[in-house]
Formats: sequence, structure tokens, C-alpha cells
Amino acid sequence: MTPYVRPRELREALELRATHPDWMVLAGGTDLMVNANHRAEPAGILDLWRFPPLGGIRVAGSEVAIGGGVTWSEMERHPVIRARLATLALAAREIGALQIQARGTLGGNVGTSSPVGDSLPALLALDAELEVAGVRGSRRLRYETFCTGYRKTQLAPDELIVAAHLRLPDASTRTMWRKVGTRRAQSISKVMGAASVTLDGDLVVSARVALGAVADRPIRVAAVEAAVRGLRMGPEAAEAARLALRGAIKPIDDVRSTASYRHEVAENLVARFFSLVS
Amino acid sequence: MKVTLELNGASSTLEVSPWKRLLDVLREDLRLTGTKEGCGEGECGACTVMLDGEAVNSCLVAIGQCDGRTVTTVEGLARGDVLHAVQRALLACGGAQCGICTPGIAVCAAHVVDHGLVVNVDDATARARIRELLAGNICRCTGYQLIVDAIVTAAREVAAAPAAKGERP
Amino acid sequence: MDRPGLVTPVGASVPRVDGVAKVTGRAQYLDDLEAPGVWHGATVRSQLAHGVLEAIELDPAFDWSQVVVATAADIPGENMIRLIEDDQPALVAIGRQVMHVDEAIAVVAAPTRALAFAAARAVRPKIRPLPAVLTIDDSLARTQPLFGTDNIFKQFLIRKGHVSDAELEAVFASAAQVIDGSYSTSPQEQMYIEPQAMMGRWDGERCHLVGSMQCPYYVHKAMKAFLGCDADAVVITQSVTGGGFGGKEEYPSMLAAHVATVAKKAGRPVKMVYDRDEDIAATTKRHPSRTRHRLAVDAAGELVAMDIDVVMDGGAYLTLSPVVLSRGVLHAAGPYRCPIVRVRGRVVATNYPPHGAFRGFGAPQTTFAYERQIEKLAVARGEHPLALRKRLALRAGDTTATGQLLGISVGTDEVIAAIEQVAGTSPAHDGIAANGAPIRRGRGYVFYFHGAGFTGSGEQRLAGRATVAAIADGTFEVRSSSTDIGQGSITMFTQIAAAALGVALGQVIVIDPSTAEVPDSGPTVASRTCMVVGSVVDHAARAVRAKLLAWGKDHGVAGPLPELARAYVAAAGELAETITYEPPPGIAWDDATYTGAAYPVFGWAACLVDVAVDLDTYEVTIERCVQAVDVGKAINPMIVKGQIEGGTLQALGWAVLENVTYKDGRVANASMTNCIVPTFADAPELETILIEVPYPFGPSGAKGVGEIPMDGPAAAVANAVQDALGCAFDHLPISPEVIAASRSAWRLA
Repeated sequence: MTPYVRPRELREALELRATHPDWMVLAGGTDLMVNANHRAEPAGILDLWRFPPLGGIRVAGSEVAIGGGVTWSEMERHPVIRARLATLALAAREIGALQIQARGTLGGNVGTSSPVGDSLPALLALDAELEVAGVRGSRRLRYETFCTGYRKTQLAPDELIVAAHLRLPDASTRTMWRKVGTRRAQSISKVMGAASVTLDGDLVVSARVALGAVADRPIRVAAVEAAVRGLRMGPEAAEAARLALRGAIKPIDDVRSTASYRHEVAENLVARFFSLVS
Repeated sequence: MKVTLELNGASSTLEVSPWKRLLDVLREDLRLTGTKEGCGEGECGACTVMLDGEAVNSCLVAIGQCDGRTVTTVEGLARGDVLHAVQRALLACGGAQCGICTPGIAVCAAHVVDHGLVVNVDDATARARIRELLAGNICRCTGYQLIVDAIVTAAREVAAAPAAKGERP
Repeated sequence: MDRPGLVTPVGASVPRVDGVAKVTGRAQYLDDLEAPGVWHGATVRSQLAHGVLEAIELDPAFDWSQVVVATAADIPGENMIRLIEDDQPALVAIGRQVMHVDEAIAVVAAPTRALAFAAARAVRPKIRPLPAVLTIDDSLARTQPLFGTDNIFKQFLIRKGHVSDAELEAVFASAAQVIDGSYSTSPQEQMYIEPQAMMGRWDGERCHLVGSMQCPYYVHKAMKAFLGCDADAVVITQSVTGGGFGGKEEYPSMLAAHVATVAKKAGRPVKMVYDRDEDIAATTKRHPSRTRHRLAVDAAGELVAMDIDVVMDGGAYLTLSPVVLSRGVLHAAGPYRCPIVRVRGRVVATNYPPHGAFRGFGAPQTTFAYERQIEKLAVARGEHPLALRKRLALRAGDTTATGQLLGISVGTDEVIAAIEQVAGTSPAHDGIAANGAPIRRGRGYVFYFHGAGFTGSGEQRLAGRATVAAIADGTFEVRSSSTDIGQGSITMFTQIAAAALGVALGQVIVIDPSTAEVPDSGPTVASRTCMVVGSVVDHAARAVRAKLLAWGKDHGVAGPLPELARAYVAAAGELAETITYEPPPGIAWDDATYTGAAYPVFGWAACLVDVAVDLDTYEVTIERCVQAVDVGKAINPMIVKGQIEGGTLQALGWAVLENVTYKDGRVANASMTNCIVPTFADAPELETILIEVPYPFGPSGAKGVGEIPMDGPAAAVANAVQDALGCAFDHLPISPEVIAASRSAWRLA
């Protein structure tokens, strides 16, 4: 029978993770339990569902810490996230549907690191910092460099994602997000964009532009970010963004969509982000 | 593993592999066949149950995770012979045709209605909100129209007289 | 509750008789049934699209001690699934050809589902590959013989108003205007939420099969040949069925054959419930089609000729393809007046899993083509699209493409008027979505029809029967092989019988369809269950009532009918009246020339669709969809409305969202994640207008409704997107990718 542990404290969880790296780290199960009745029983289950050290959304001044075990529903309901981190709230509402949102977790989405992970471009655009922990200690990793390849991350086999730390955008920063899926809900992304733009009036001071579903991992598009700097929001920045994106991404054809569609729509999304004058 | 959970208001204890899907435990071990399997991948919602008060896909829950937790299935929506407001509304509004998706829809809609997730039910945006909240439940028979009618009806009834809803999980 | 003179329940939206069971989860679908000691079955399938099965090997490392493996060698009767032809085997035999990916080669059974699936994976078919035919063109080119000499399962040629091709071409050559278009439609998965499921057990030499199905007598007929047994030696019972839409019309016979074979070999009951992925990959889909459609008008804008050539891909075996093609060609010219019509149709063999029945059954495919053509005609003439349709539409007194003179129950003007009344002004073309994206709006109309019941003399040949019986406790049983698959037939029969008997609804029980207990009413298909079987139930109920009243008079027994029934049964035993369907008089149909009255009556419909195309993402939002449908008489308006809405959304999904894609002959999107159907959030608020132009030979005037809502809306969407973007969309699905690729052709007025 599969060994099963529900740890009581973080230390216990980390020790288990270290001694049993082949055990399944299971929280919401929205990825790991798909077709579970056809999968081999795991070597063991480390159950982190509603695990208190990974729970909670803590706001301190202009910083917010979202526990790795926080679900999309919890995120979406949180007044500060709704008010100040609209991109994340929007992503939370468009992931799957209600039943998935009630179980899927931030840590799961980040750890699985699918190229179409719904929250990942938003984390990139918001310059999130991950707090991860193992028996050897805890460390902070910028999300920007966290993804190292197709479903590969900097997370060591004995580490857990404890929280994501975000700075709440200030009044001079505008954030945008859009997911283009296969249908209006319960859909896999074909193209996803997120941006965080710091403005001086309507002049772009700096921008972080992230795309999902167009590469083997969520990506920032440096060419676009450079092209829009110093330009006015509106047609000027929009056209510059569109031109800069051309050639900067290499999306693929797959069962859900085509490379040329992804290209074209990514350009449209990014251009739209920069064309919307407040 | 010994798993003890509160199921439809009563305590239930089983000796079972922690990896077994909650869906299979309900249907096979407990012979509660109201919860259905339509896809096994969390897409169709036919397996929806409430876990600690939230609507979830039971095909994606390992039974070990349910130890010490509360589960409500479609069998637990009614209070004795009195159907939950959403069940009565689905009947009255024609919201069930082949019925295979109906238990999942009833559970999800009961959650939505009991938790007041559709505010201002007579507002023009209420139907769109209902559609968004139920989007994890696929129905192939109805085109959804009469189900939305049913949920509006149930939400109205519950808003007017909270005793109309079922047991809170 | 017995009250003489109670208000007839026909025309009332009474709640479903089986509704409480469904909303409480108590309804027992196949996988819910108690079956102590049952084993689970799983199917071993081909990984190749075409080849020769050389051997079936069992992995020696697998523990086979608790597994039974059945192959073609274990089939008691004939290894084929009897349907129209007998060309499809139940299991491919060694030395025979494998004809499609996921074709069944062996069946295993084991005490648990997990073990059965593991065992199926440990069975290794050895197949020598042959070249696969994966396009209609390759099939027609006869690069590989798959069926007969020319790979054509069936073909038709219909001529009206002319005798030679030369004559036809002359009319086109001299016409004032010709519209010529090529159209294609995609395969579509029925996606019933309950997967295919069947359970079988042997009781000596008698085989009992229970399952999710539409046609118990189709399965019965197939099993008699398959098992090589008499009619009494196999009993088929329908379990509560979670959706069918045609996908459980013929396929359950295959599943029954598999279950019966392995249950016999195992010596114990066996249940098979398909995994969703397997169901999508291996079972039937809507026939993909391509149609070349030419129409010619004179200077006044009257149709003078139509020429339609439709080719459908039938997949690897003939199954129901001839009938799908038949309905397709019979609807191909549409509900429009046209003196000269030529329709050619072919359905060809390829190495895809066989395509099969899906709501509409050929009509949605050819309706898409003709309604796109009519739209293009309106645009070319600068005529309002609904006004043009109204002008050209068939009415009573006109003849169809097969020369059928329309007389009764023709709801043309009523359905068009209904749409006209609610249409309102078209939304402005240009707009901005809430998220700031620019959008283009457009409106599309369609007008269409659907023949109710089996074609021509089909109903005569079926001779469908139903029984109404008064039984001991004063209740009345309806015994029919019609299956409730969600469309509400149990409730509809209850209403019809109760009204005819003059008793309360609760006095009528529609018994579960089992071939041991009910006569063959014909299959639950072709929009015939209410119109044909309902009318038989009506007559049978009236006959029971008449007999009981006459008996009561003779024996001095009075009282409400249930009292009479109790007294009668106590004195003389059960009173059962079985009526055989008699088609209405004057339906003359010639199968050889395909001329005459193709259907006893047609349903008529008009649909309006408003779309918004997001110009950033090219996604189509259906903002409004109105269907006006002439159903003759709505026995239960709420149920009829639900049927129309369900069919409508399937059509809207087919238009923009749904598709089945293949790679090397295998379904590439065989999961619910990738083979998508509309969610609550994708569906618009559907508006339904029920029109009743009674059909005197249907129960209370009712005619078919189950399929018609599927036929029209896809073309309405295409027409609306054309209106929005100014260019043609002639191929389904109209996906965002297709719209993005069409940008250079847009003409935004």
C-alpha cells in the first residue's frame, strides 16, 4: 500500500522530501491526479493539501507573500489581490473552472512549470520572487530565472515552494493580462500575455512583457521592453511593440493551434497592451 | 490506510489505499453511485462533490487527502425527502435531460447558491456569472439554457428564504 | 388522483417522469448497476490504420492467471456486426486485414478494471503494414482497394426536371447568374457524457446484455447473427443512458459482441465501460464531407437550376454510411423552389475508424452547403438574406427536389415570420470589447428543413409496434423499444398514453426497454420516436380505453378507467393492445429513381445568429442565437425547448469550436481536454420559438424535432462571420486560426 504522510510542520515535510525524493508531492492534484486510475501507484504521497506553512496570503506594506499552497479561489477572493494585483486575480479566474480553481495551487502551477501554465506569465511580469526551502535551508529565487527549460526549473529535488513574493504595483504602474484559450473556460492556453508597465504620465518608463504558450517556458520579451521605453502609450508604443515582437518568438504548431496564429495573436495582444491609454 | 471522513453528515471510516481516487471510493467502496465519471481528467465536472465546502472534481482527489475532512455528494443535498432548492429547480425548469451530468451540476450549483456566489440574481450580469461559475460542468444535452434558468430560480428562492437550501457541508 | 374530465397533459410542460431519480443521483446508469462477481473487460486495438494481422502474442512476463483473453476464434456465430451489410468484423481474425487504427483485435477480462487494462496492454498484435488510404481523393483514386471495386460504399444520382447532363449544363450556361462554391465540414464527436458501456452474462445458452444504447433491437439483430442463435437466446436491455445523439445507435452492437464473447469465455458476467479517451478514439463520428454546389438564377432572381455533388468519408466499414448519404442528398437542394436539380452523392471507404450516426445524419453537412450558397446569392443580388429566403422558399403546393408535392404541415411562413418579428436591427459592425479589443459584428440567417421519420418506405418496412396494457393494479404499461436517451421519450409516452386513456399521469408506467418485454418499435433515431412511435402508443392507448369502456358496459362495471382495468384484469387477465405503425396514405416513394415523397412530413426552421469577431484574437463570440422551429405540436413544450437548445448548441460548437483531428489515421485529440465541446461560458443565451403547424398523422399533431435544430445554425454562423468580415467562410470549423489566416481577404465596409 502506498505510504502516505500529512506533515504537521515544515521541517517534517522537508525531511520527508529529502529522504523520499521519489514520493509524490500532492496538493490540489489538478495535474498529478489526471487519469490517476491509469497511473502506477506512486512510491509514496507527501500530502501538502491545506498545509499551514504553505498557506496564507500576507500583506505587509507594499509586499505580498502568497503561500505555495494557496489555491486560485483563495487568491481570487483576496481583496488586496483583487484590488492591487488584477493580473493575478484575472489569471486565477480563468484557470480551468471553479472546481479546478478550488484545488489548483500556486506552488503546483510553478512547480509543474508547464509552457502553458496560466499564472506563470503574470509572475514574470510582476517580477515575482520565489521562496523555496529544503533541509539545507531556504533561499529566494527570482522567478525570472527560475525556468531553465521545458518543464525544468531551478527547484532542487529536495525543495518545496514555500511562497511567492510580489511587490504591489504602485500608482505609476499599469498591469495587463490576457489569455487566449481554446474556449471561454476550462481551456488550455494558445497564447497568453502579461505586462507590467511603469509610466510617467503616458510615457513608458519601463516595461516587463511576458508571454506564455509561445515557447518551452514562459518568457520575457526583452526586445519589446527595449522598444517601448520612452515612447507614448498609444499607437506609438503599440507599433513599436508589435514590430519588436516580430521574429522575437518561435511558437509551434500543435494539436491546439498553429505557429502563425500564435505569432499573430501574440503581436496583437502585446500591441493592445501598449495602445490602451488610461 | 485508515481514512475517516464526514460524508453527507455522517462519519465514515474505511481501510483503503490513500492513492485511490475519491470518486472510486464513493462509487465502489461506499456504493454511492450518484457521483459519475465522465472523463477522469477534471474536464467534465460529472464527478463534482464538495470537499470542505468547496466544489471539486472527485476524480482528482486522492482518498488519503480526505482523512479528517468533510465531503458532500449529490446524495447529501436533500434533507430527507426534501430536495435541495437546486434539485427542485432543475426538475421544474427542465434542466435535466439524460441526467448523467446532473449530479455534478446539482452539487456545483448548490455550492454556488448556498454560498451566495451569485449576487443580485435579478441583475443582467447574474446569468453570465452563473455560466462562469458552472463552466466546469459540461452538459451535452441541454445547451445549458434551462439549467441557467433553474439556478436563477434556486438562487432567488434561497435569497428570499435561506431555509430553502440544503444542509451546509 | 383519478379524475374524469381531467385536463389533457398533452401540450403541458410537466416535469420529467424520471426527473427525481436524475436530480438525486439515484438513476442507475450501466456502471452504477450492482453486479456481484462481475469482471471488467478491456479491448486490444490496432495501432496501425491498415495492415494484415499476422499473430496475437501475449507478453510472457505478464501474469495471465487471472485474465481471460478472447479473440475472433472464440466467436460462437459469425464474426461480423450485422447492420446494413455484414462487412465489419467484431474482432479482426488472424490472417485478415486490419482496416483502421483502434480496430478491435481481442478482448480481455479480469477481476478489476486496472488489471484488465494492464492485460490489454500486454497483448501484442503483430500487424504487417499496408498503405493506408487517408483522404477522400486517395480513396477515389483507388490506390488501394478497400471496398468493392471502386471504394464507394454507396452512391446516388437524383435528377429533377431534366434527363441529361447536357441539358443541365445548358441551363447553367444560359442563366443570368451562377453561384458556385465548394464547402467542407469536419468530423464531430458526439461527446455523450456517459461513455459507451455494456454488461453481459450467460445463463446457460442464453445471453443477457444490458447497456447504454439507443436501439435494443439493432443489438438484438446483430447478436443473433453473431452468436448464431435464436431470437429467444439473447436478451437486450437498455440501461438508463447518459446521452447518445446517434453515437449509441450502431456502436453498442460492437460492444455487445465484445462483452458477450469474453463473458462466455470467462464463464462469468463481464462489464465494459470505455475510458473517455478510448471512446473518442475508437467510436463513430459525424461523416466529414465536401460539397460542390452550383445554383443558377434567372434575371428575376428565381432559382432555375441546382447542381450538388457531395462526397462523404465513410471510414473503414460501410456501417450506416448509405443512409447518412441518403439523407444528405435528400436535403441537399434545400427548402427552395427549383425546377431543375441534380444531386450526386458518394460515400467512400478510407482507413479511418468508421463514421456513423450523429444527430442530423447527413443533413447538417448538405444544409451547410446550400445555406452558404443561398447567402452568397443574397449578397450577389444585394437582397436582404431573410427576404430572399422567404421569396424562394418551398410552401404547400410546391415540389421538392425529389418531386414531392408539399401539402400538409409546412411551417415556412410561420418560422420566417417568427424570426422577422424578433430580429430587430442588426448590431452595428464596429465595436469595442470590454477588454479594449476592437470587434466586428455580423448577422446571419438560415432557413432549413428536416424530413421526419425514415425515408420513403422505411417506416412501412420497420413496421414499428408498441403495446399499451392494463395490468392488475389498475395501472397501464407502455411497452416500446424506444429508448429515453435524454430526449424525454418516457415522459412524452406517459403524457400521450395518459391523455388517450383519460387517466392521471401517475397511472401510466413506461417499462424499461428489454427485448424480452417490449415489441420492436423501430430504432430511436431519425426524429421518429414521437411522431411514429408516439402515434402508435396513442392508438394503442385509445384501443385499450375503448375495450375497457365496452367491457364495462357489457358487464355493468362503471367507474374511472383504472377501476375498470382492475375489474377487467381480475376477470379476464391482462388487457394488451399492440398496434403496428401504418404510414399515412399517399406516400409514394421510388427507391430506384429516388423520386417521390421522401418523408411523410418535414420540420421547418429558421435561425438568426449574431456574432462578434475579436480582431485581436479572431475568436468568434456568438452573441445571439434565435431558432424558430415548426414541430407540429409540442407534447411537452419544456422538453421540446430543451431538445432544440441542445441541438442548437451542438451545431454552434461544430461551427466554431469542435473538431476531430487525425495523424496517420489515429485520432490526435482523443481527450476531453483537446476534443472540446462548448461550456456554459461558451453558450449564448439561446432563444427558442416553438411553432406549431400540426401534422394530422402525428400524435396530437406532433412531428419530428430531435434532429432539426442541428442542421441550420452552423451555416448561420458562417453567414454571420461573412457579414462581419466581408469574405466567405466555407469550411468547418470556423476557428480563430482560419479567421486569422483569412485577414487579407476581409472587406470591412
